[in-house]
Amino acid sequence: MATAEKYVGGGVPRKEDPKLLTGQGTFLEGLTLPGMLHAALVRSPHGSARINSVDVSAAAAAEGVVAAYSGADLADEWAAGLPMAWPVTDDIRIPDHWPVAQDVARYVGDAVAVVVATSRNAALDAAELVEVEYEVLEAVVDVEAALADDAPRVHESFDDNKSYTWALTNGDVDAAFAKADVVVSERYTQPRLIPNAMEPRAVVAQSVPSTGDFTVWSTTQIPHVAKVLFALTLGIPEGQIRVIAPSDVGGGFGSKLNVYAEEALCIALARRLGKPVKWVAGRSEGYLATIHGRDQVQKIEIAATSDGDILGYRVNIAAAMGAYLQLVAPGVPLLGAFLYCGCYGGEAYHFECTGVFTNTTPTDAYRGAGRPEATYAIERAIDALAREVGVDAAEIRRRNFLPAGDMVQSPGGLAFDSADYEPALDRALELLDYDGFRSDQAERREGGGGKQIGVGFSSYVEICGLAPSQVLASLKYAAGGWDAATVRMLPTGKAEVVTGSSPHGQGHVTSWSQIAADALGIPYEDVTVLHGDTHVAPHGMNTYGSRSLAVAGVAVHNACDRVVDKARGLAAHLLEVAPEDLEYEAGTFSVKGVPDRTKSMPELAFAAWTAHSLPEDSEPGLEASCVYDPPNFTFPFGTHVAVVEVDTETGAVDLVRYIAVDDCGPVINPVIVDGQVHGGVAQGIAAALYEEATYAEDGTLETSSMVNYLVPSAAEFPSFETDRTVTPSTSNPMGVKGIGEAGTIGSAPAVINAIVDALSHLGVTDVPMPASPERVWRAIQAAQGGEA
Amino acid sequence: MIPASFDYERASSLDEALNMLAAGGEDARPLAGGHSLLPLMRLRLARPSLLVDIGGLDELRGVHADGDSVVIGALTTHHEVAGASELTGGSGLLAKVAEGIGDPQVRHRGTLGGSVAHADPASDLPAALLALDAEVTLAGRGGTRSVAAADFFVGPFMSAAADGEIVTGVRVPTREGWGSAYRKFQRRAQDWAIVGVAAVVNWTESGIAGAAIGLTNMGGTPLRAPGVEAALAGTSEKAQILAAASKVSELETPPADENASSEYRVHLAQVLIARAVAEAAGCPGMQPG
Repeated sequence: MATAEKYVGGGVPRKEDPKLLTGQGTFLEGLTLPGMLHAALVRSPHGSARINSVDVSAAAAAEGVVAAYSGADLADEWAAGLPMAWPVTDDIRIPDHWPVAQDVARYVGDAVAVVVATSRNAALDAAELVEVEYEVLEAVVDVEAALADDAPRVHESFDDNKSYTWALTNGDVDAAFAKADVVVSERYTQPRLIPNAMEPRAVVAQSVPSTGDFTVWSTTQIPHVAKVLFALTLGIPEGQIRVIAPSDVGGGFGSKLNVYAEEALCIALARRLGKPVKWVAGRSEGYLATIHGRDQVQKIEIAATSDGDILGYRVNIAAAMGAYLQLVAPGVPLLGAFLYCGCYGGEAYHFECTGVFTNTTPTDAYRGAGRPEATYAIERAIDALAREVGVDAAEIRRRNFLPAGDMVQSPGGLAFDSADYEPALDRALELLDYDGFRSDQAERREGGGGKQIGVGFSSYVEICGLAPSQVLASLKYAAGGWDAATVRMLPTGKAEVVTGSSPHGQGHVTSWSQIAADALGIPYEDVTVLHGDTHVAPHGMNTYGSRSLAVAGVAVHNACDRVVDKARGLAAHLLEVAPEDLEYEAGTFSVKGVPDRTKSMPELAFAAWTAHSLPEDSEPGLEASCVYDPPNFTFPFGTHVAVVEVDTETGAVDLVRYIAVDDCGPVINPVIVDGQVHGGVAQGIAAALYEEATYAEDGTLETSSMVNYLVPSAAEFPSFETDRTVTPSTSNPMGVKGIGEAGTIGSAPAVINAIVDALSHLGVTDVPMPASPERVWRAIQAAQGGEA
Repeated sequence: MIPASFDYERASSLDEALNMLAAGGEDARPLAGGHSLLPLMRLRLARPSLLVDIGGLDELRGVHADGDSVVIGALTTHHEVAGASELTGGSGLLAKVAEGIGDPQVRHRGTLGGSVAHADPASDLPAALLALDAEVTLAGRGGTRSVAAADFFVGPFMSAAADGEIVTGVRVPTREGWGSAYRKFQRRAQDWAIVGVAAVVNWTESGIAGAAIGLTNMGGTPLRAPGVEAALAGTSEKAQILAAASKVSELETPPADENASSEYRVHLAQVLIARAVAEAAGCPGMQPG
C-alpha cells in the first residue's frame, strides 16, 4: 500500500494528555451510580492461620451497613475458584483460591470477610468490628526455606510447597561443560517487588436483577479476558456480562493483568444485594492484595573457553508463587526461560524452574515478567566471566553476540526475528566515551579518594509481541495471542478505530490514530479510537507484555489496508475505471495518467454511507476488521550503560549517567517510545537501588507503605540519555517490536555491574539488589577482609 | 486509607485552643500543619477524638531576634524558617535543617512547633535544637513554661509536654561567630534521615574552641554526643577530627531497622560527624576527600 508517512514516526502530542493534565481524567474512583454500595474487606493479619470462626454480627448492626459476610457465607456464589490460566506442566499443583478464604488464611491480606455499607467510610469503620477467631499456624515466607523438607506447608493438601518444575534442554549440556576451560557459577536473588501503578485498583459491579445482566467497571488491563473469566468464576452467562475498563486507567505494569478477588466479590455482592457495589483499594491495602513481582533465587553457570567464548548455560530457578496461583503466575518464569543466554551464542542450554508456594501475597507478571530476571542473571554472569578470563566487559559481549541476521537461532531454542546487536553496543560506547571513562576511572583509583566511579553494561534481548497462538499452546497457556481491530469510515469522512488493546497509559489512542491517519490519508485529529468496553470492542486479548503495537497495532494497520481495498473498488466504480487503473496516495485515488480524476477517502466514505451507487456485490459502508495472530514473537534488543559514583565511606551510590540505546524496530511515536524507556529504566533502577518488599518470619509485610517500600522519585535519577538503532522485525508487516518493558529489562544489571566495576579494585565481585548503602558498605568491608 | 471519625474545632485564640483541648479530654490533639499527625491518622495509627486546629493563631507565627537569642513561633513553617534572616551564627543551623525537610509541599505546610511536639527521633529539627541548647516554650491553662530541649524529648514520640499543653515556640541562642552544618543521610531525597548529624562549631585560629553535636535517629530521642564534643576541643586537623568522631561509638547502641543495622548507623554517624564538623568549621584543609 502506498502510504505517505505523515504521522507515523513523528512526535505528535499525545491525544491523551490534555485531559490528564487539566484534571479531566475519568478514573474509576469518580464513578458513582444510583443506590451504590461500598465494600470493605477484612483481611487476615497472619501469614498462616486456621479460621475458627467469623462473627460479623456487630459489623452488620453498625450504622450504614447493609450486609456483612464471611467466606463461608459466600461459598455458594462461586462456580469456580479464582482463575489460573497457565498450567505450565501436566502435574502442576493448583490450590483452591476463593475470593474470601473459607478455612485457612494463607497470607497477610488474604480476605476473610466483607462488609457492605452505604458509604466507604461506614464500610471501613464496620470492617473493624468483624471478629475473627484464628488459630495461628507456622508460616514460611522465604522461597528457599519453603523448599526445605521440614518447611511448614502453605497448602496442607499438598505434600510439599512445590507447585511445579518445568525444564528445557537444548544440545548436549554436559559435553559443553566438560570441554570448558572455565565455568563461572553465580547465585543471584531477585527481590520481591511491589508494582506501584499511580491509580490503585478499583471495581464497580452493577446488576440488573430483572434481566440477569451485569456491567463491571474495573481498573483492568484485560477487560475481554476478564469477561470470560468472570463468567466462569461466577456462573453468569458470558453474554450477560459487559466489562468496561474506563477510558483512563492509571497504570498497571502487570498488576492489573489479573482477575482479582475483589472483582469477583463485587459482582457476587451486586448479584446478591441487587445494587451496584464499589470497592477501591487503599495504597497500603493494595500492597497486601495486589500481585507482587519477581522473588526468585537464580543459579546460573556458564561454560566457556579461556578466551571467554561461551559454550553452554545451566540455569536453575526457584520462583515464589506466593500463597495461591494468580492468573499467569506459573508462566512468568517461562517468559524468561529462553533468555538466560541473552543475545549470546553457545552450543547447549539447560533451564529448570520450580514454582514454590510461600505464605505471601501471590506474585505474577510485573513489568518485564521473567525477562528482567533472565537478563539480570546473564548480564551479571557474563561480567563474572569477563573478570574470570580477563576480558573487557564490552569486548566479552561483542565476542559472544549472535550473528546479525533474520531468524537467528538462539541456544535457548527460539529463533530471533532480526538480530543486529553490535551497532547498539557501539553507539552506547560512543555516547559514553568509553576510553575517556576508563581513563577517568584510573585517575580516581590512583587518587585513592572516597568517591570511586564505575561503568556497567547490559546488552539485552527480550521477547514481545505475545504471541503466536500455536506457540502459546505448546507452552500450555490457556488462551490465544491474537488481537483484533475494526476500522470504519464515518459518513463525514472521519474514521473510527475499535481496538482490542486496552491502554492504561501507553498512548494507544495516539499511536493507533497515527497509523490509521497515514493509512487512510486523513488528518490525525479525525481518527477516534474506541477501547476497553466489551460492548464496543467485541474482541480483544488486551494489553500486557509489550504486545499491543506488534499485535493489536498491526491489526489496525491491516484493517486499514482492507478499508482502502474496499474503497478502491468503490472509487473505480464511481470513476468508471478498473480498480487496477487507480493509484492510491495519501487518502486519494486517482486514475493513472489522469491525475485530476480523483476520489478522496472522505468522498468515498460518504458515498459508501449513502449507498446510492455501489459496485455489484458490494455492501454499504466502508468498514473492515482484522484479527491478527502473529507468526513469531518479536525480539527487541539494545545496550544500556550505567555510570555510578560510589562513596566508599558510606556505601552510597550516586547514579551519574544512564545511557539507553534500544532497538524496537520502526518507531510510531518517538515521544511515547522515550516515555516508555524513561519509565521502564526508572523501574529497573528502582529494583537495582531501592525497592524490596520484605516479610517478617510470621508473614507480616514489613514494607507496608511508601515510607519503607522505597519507590524513587525524579530526584533520585539523572537525566536519561536515549538513542535508538532501527532493525525492523520480520514478524509483522510493520516491522514493529514493542518497547513497554525494555527499559526495565535492560537497566537493573547495568546498575549493579557499574557498582561492582567501581569497587572491583577493592576486590568486590557482587552486591545484591537492591544495592542499599549498607549492602555496598558491607561488600567493601567483606572484600577488604573486615567484618561483613 | 481514611481516618477514623473525629471531631474538629478551630481556635481563634491560644486561650480558646487550650480550653478546647481541656474539654476534649486526653484524646484531643492540637492540629497545626498536619504533616506528622494526619499521615498517622490515615493509617489509623492515631485516633484522636478531637482535633483543635490552631492554624489560625497568628501570634504563634514568625521569627524574631531577641537579644542574643532568636524566638521562633510554633506555627512558623519550615519554609519560613529556612529563609529567616534572623538565624545568624550558630543558629543558622536551623535554617539549613529546615531547608532539607521533606519536599516543598511539606516545607510550606509543616511547622516547627508540630515537628517539635511530634518528637519523632528521625525528625531533623529536634537534634538541631538539642545541639543549639534551645528552649521549648509551652502554654497550658495554668500558664506558660520553658523546657530545655535536652529535657523536652523524653522518648520516641514522647515529650515533656503535658496533656492539654501546646508548644508555642522555641528560643535559640544565636551563637554569633559559630559555624554550623547538617549532614543528613537518607536513601531518597524525601526520606527521613537514616542518620543525621547537626554540628555547631566555634572555629578559631588555634582550632576548634567549642563544638556541639546533635544526632538524628541514633536513639529513641535526639541525642547529644558529649564524648565527641569533648574530644573535638582543641583539634585542628582532619585526622584528629576523625578520631574524635569515633567516640560516637561510646553512646548507647542505636536502633536497627530496614534501612540500617546498629553497626552501620554507628559507622555512618562517625563519617557524618567528621564531615559536618569540617563543614561547620569552614576550614578547607579539613574537607573530606
